[in-house]
Amino acid sequence: MITAAFEYHRPSDLAGALSVLEEHGDDARVIAGGHSLIPMMKLRMAEVPHLIDLQDIAGLKGITIEGGMVTIGAMTTQHELINNEALLSATPIIHEAALQIADPQVRYMGTIGGNVANGDPANDMPGLMQCLNANFTLEGPDGTRSVKAREFYEAAYMTELEDGEILTQITFSAVNAGYAYEKQKRKIGDYATAACGVLITKDGDKVATASIAMTNLSDVPVLSEAAGAALVGTSCDAAAIKAAVAAALEDIDPTEDNRGPVEFKMHVAGIIISRAIARAWSRA
Amino acid sequence: MKDEVTREERVTNLKGLGSSRKRVEDARFTQGKGHYVDDINLPGMLTGDFVRSPYAHARVKSINIDAAMALDGVVAVLTAKDLEPLSLHWMPTLAGDKQMVLADGKVLFQGQEVAFVVAKDRYIAADAVELVEVEYEELPVIVDPFKSLQSDVVLREDLDPNAPGAHGPRKHHNHIFTWEVGDEDGTNAVIDDADVVATEEMYYHRTHPCPLEPCGSVASMDKVNGKLTLYGTFQAPHVVRTVASLLSGIEEHNIRVVSPDIGGGFGNKVGVYPGYVCSIVASIVTGVPVKWVEDRMENLMSTAFARDYWMKGKISATKEGKITGLHCHVTADHGAFDACADPTKFPAGFMSICTGSYDIPIAYLGVDGVYTNKAPGGVSYRCSFRVTEAVYFIERMIEVLAIELNMDAAELRRINFIKKEQFPYDSELGWEYDSGDYHTAWEKALKAVDYEGLRKEQAERVAAFKRGETRTIMGIGLSFFTEIVGAGPVKNCDILGMGMFDSCEIRIHPTGSAIARLGTISQGQGHATTFAQILASEIGIPADSITIEEGDTDTAPYGLGTYGSRSTPVAGAATAMAGRKIRAKAQMIAAYLLEVHDDDVEFDVDRFVIKGAPERFKTMGEIAYAAYNQAIPGLEPGLEAVSYYDPPNMTYPFGAYVCVMDIDVDTGVPKINRFYALDDCGTRINPMVIEGQIHGGLTEALAVALGQEIAYDEMGNCKTATLMDFFLPTAWEVPNFETDFTVTPSPHHPIGAKGVGESPHVGGVPCFSNAVQDAFRPFGNRHTNMPHDHWRIWKTANDLGLHD
Ligand SMILES: Cc1cc2nc3c(=O)[nH]c(=O)nc-3n(C[C@H](O)[C@H](O)[C@H](O)COP(=O)(O)OP(=O)(O)OC[C@H]3O[C@@H](n4cnc5c(N)ncnc54)[C@H](O)[C@@H]3O)c2cc1C
Repeated sequence: MITAAFEYHRPSDLAGALSVLEEHGDDARVIAGGHSLIPMMKLRMAEVPHLIDLQDIAGLKGITIEGGMVTIGAMTTQHELINNEALLSATPIIHEAALQIADPQVRYMGTIGGNVANGDPANDMPGLMQCLNANFTLEGPDGTRSVKAREFYEAAYMTELEDGEILTQITFSAVNAGYAYEKQKRKIGDYATAACGVLITKDGDKVATASIAMTNLSDVPVLSEAAGAALVGTSCDAAAIKAAVAAALEDIDPTEDNRGPVEFKMHVAGIIISRAIARAWSRA
Repeated sequence: MKDEVTREERVTNLKGLGSSRKRVEDARFTQGKGHYVDDINLPGMLTGDFVRSPYAHARVKSINIDAAMALDGVVAVLTAKDLEPLSLHWMPTLAGDKQMVLADGKVLFQGQEVAFVVAKDRYIAADAVELVEVEYEELPVIVDPFKSLQSDVVLREDLDPNAPGAHGPRKHHNHIFTWEVGDEDGTNAVIDDADVVATEEMYYHRTHPCPLEPCGSVASMDKVNGKLTLYGTFQAPHVVRTVASLLSGIEEHNIRVVSPDIGGGFGNKVGVYPGYVCSIVASIVTGVPVKWVEDRMENLMSTAFARDYWMKGKISATKEGKITGLHCHVTADHGAFDACADPTKFPAGFMSICTGSYDIPIAYLGVDGVYTNKAPGGVSYRCSFRVTEAVYFIERMIEVLAIELNMDAAELRRINFIKKEQFPYDSELGWEYDSGDYHTAWEKALKAVDYEGLRKEQAERVAAFKRGETRTIMGIGLSFFTEIVGAGPVKNCDILGMGMFDSCEIRIHPTGSAIARLGTISQGQGHATTFAQILASEIGIPADSITIEEGDTDTAPYGLGTYGSRSTPVAGAATAMAGRKIRAKAQMIAAYLLEVHDDDVEFDVDRFVIKGAPERFKTMGEIAYAAYNQAIPGLEPGLEAVSYYDPPNMTYPFGAYVCVMDIDVDTGVPKINRFYALDDCGTRINPMVIEGQIHGGLTEALAVALGQEIAYDEMGNCKTATLMDFFLPTAWEVPNFETDFTVTPSPHHPIGAKGVGESPHVGGVPCFSNAVQDAFRPFGNRHTNMPHDHWRIWKTANDLGLHD
């Protein structure tokens, strides 16, 4: 459990980081909190001859909320997400979800940027960002571009992020919605057996919009548009929830692991999704 | 001389037996000042690291070390060929088998040691491990012991298939031993004729002790004076010294073994590992100290596992529920080598305690040990030898019998308990239970939790579930256990021929403080705290003025170490006996100083007083001083004593546990609402330490019952080699524990103490498991195997149609 040797870089601005990335190409990788990357390096599943630490780069950190838009710097830690009062009132689902990630020690180090850029289907933030319809800002040698969270994930550990690019910030609009992030895990510090984020807005006593995204139930996070559509216009009664769950289950493809076989995961996913919908509706 | 302090205050000041004195160890542990093996850094020290097999069964065709040797900083790469001239490529196991130190022609489990790289630091060593090229030819893998006994594939080609093993004849080339206790024909006859018979098969899954600190050693061979110093994570340092001497040919006086602070053992650190041997050889070869410390994955994959017992039971009873007979057969999966750590004559440990706390007139136990392509081991994880398996077996059989009889399981236990007046009780399978009062403990426990009220609540919950008002169900887990600890009498207990006595040596200093050294070694049990308390009460010197030292074979008297809750029953007894020798001499000194006859003085808390004139006395402090500064006729100067204690019998702690649990049938998630633990460990030395031990043991019991396992796939790949998948509960998963006690002293132990470190684990596992199974009993469940993780609980619900 010892990493292979690597060169450690610690640039003080983004340009510096980008130039090291450019210089070493495939041999370089950025490190944020290190809580996904370092275990992979120790298991020698990731070999990174040049490690670029982002922590000295001012401007990659912090949370701003302006005109209904939330902007979170990539290097903001999960601990900071949990403890930001303004974020709690603007988008409480982040608080609820972040509290279910790992344990305090991991959350002191782990960042939102690392969590979404990692591309691990077990990470909770990608599904959450799809639920929020967030945009990722990527800086590269050719400038800045923006990619929707809903279009960012291609397969396990495969994302839209190009070699040479760094994720700098995440933006989304603060919605006044009923919310829930529901997760089943074996213990504190475990990834999800099944997890689901739900945002529901209300029009009178009917569902106006519904956004339903799931974690660790496919090789990528899954936003189920069909599940959301099944709720819109209903009073979110048992029949509507059942239809939404059925639609969501159509969109996932879990695999067997030590948490259990597919049959079990499908069943638990259904339960977790229906509970998340019910709780989000109760808060809408 | 006038005494200002009351007698009561003098007793309190001693902090002797019964005092909840704070643990003296904790100051250093809580401040990060512990000193573990990995903290040892000697000048010039090199580091070793293993090349391990990725395959569970393969022939090793070739090993090429050239690239590794070419790496700057690599000093040596050892393979079996290098160890062979020293006859150290294989080593004996504690179970009478032998084990490869480094792969000798083939590998038999994933993670097996193949080559040992020695380098300037651990980083270089880790890089060099990657550079060693090993060519393997895969062989068929066997992970199922039943298939192993049918298979043509010979796992252990080194053994003559027709020759008997260490424990008698072998039935098949993959069979290790058959061990039988009791009267099988008689038992079968009783069961065949019985009113009621319950049969069940249960698998006690493979798990692992997983101490926080993994295993490691630092060997330092001084070629000038010929002395070998070996630091390591050893639960039995003296045994390690003897084994090291026998293996290496170095005379025992030239070997010093030191166990520094140990971060938990739980049985994992009893045996001898290839890493220890390789660090010694590497130090001999290189002439400098060599350190080997494994990582977490290596610990989980290659060091001693626990359990892996396939148990088949038959229990018979009268219609009224009086048990008439018990039959148990075990197929024991020992992995690639038989490296169980049991007393020599007990290849399945004390599994024959499987008649439990019940008066069972006839019983039989048969155990077959089997080789498979899994890691070796079979140690007792926080229990005396295989006692957890035995107690799980009988406590499940009781539940199944209760189902068969349509009877309440608490009542079934009550009518079958051994009665108070039957002690000392001779069990059918050969044990003499020293003391017990099971009925009192049981009544107290059931009353404390309002057992009848719980059953009513459960019935209401079942009704509500059937009406569709709730999706959770409630389970009430019961267990009543009898442990057998304190191994053991030298006449039938030995490890590698060493009788399982233990020892204590005491020196009283002139100014009235003391040092005591023992043959045991704490790994978190708090010996430095509690043994000082035993002595304080015996010799009248405050516990705070007594240093307890263990773990250095150059200074400590010979002992068999700490495991199987043996320290208090055996070394604790030695401590009391050595204390009594001190007291006997002190009495003579006091009498001399008080100018009276020896018989005219008596011991009183911290002094000797003249009988009938307690105002005339000599304190232990005064007596100690006199022992060193006065010529006392007929007495040698000084005040020291040694005792080697051979226990006349084991001790038999017992307890009554109740767990109340909710289960979400849709997700399989359990929630423990209450856990009550009543323990009777005889005389209570330090109630706070006892409580700590119980909390720890119950936490590990929860782990094992609810998810902790070492699992393999068909190819023999270990699927649970990290703490992501190997369940180690955190404070979040662990419920509040309520502790309680009764006190039934051991009649043969000098202070009546029985040992407690493992009871909660032994009693806890069946209690948690029974709670899960009891929740499903109203829906037709008989038995499901542990670990009860979410998906297995869910599956039980699914199989019972609760999701329809
Ligand atoms: C015990 C444990 C339990 C955990 N449990 C959970 C859990 O339940 N749920 C969960 O979601 N996560 C969990 N995690 C993962 C944790 O949240 C990680 O911190 C997170 O996944 C990665 O964030 P990081 O800042 O540590 O990223 P790093 O580990 O530093 O990086 C991860 C990857 O992202 C890339 N990267 C990082 N930042 C950027 C950037 N700005 N631009 C481009 N690429 C970047 C890195 O190159 C690397 O490939 C757990 C981790 C541990 C150790």
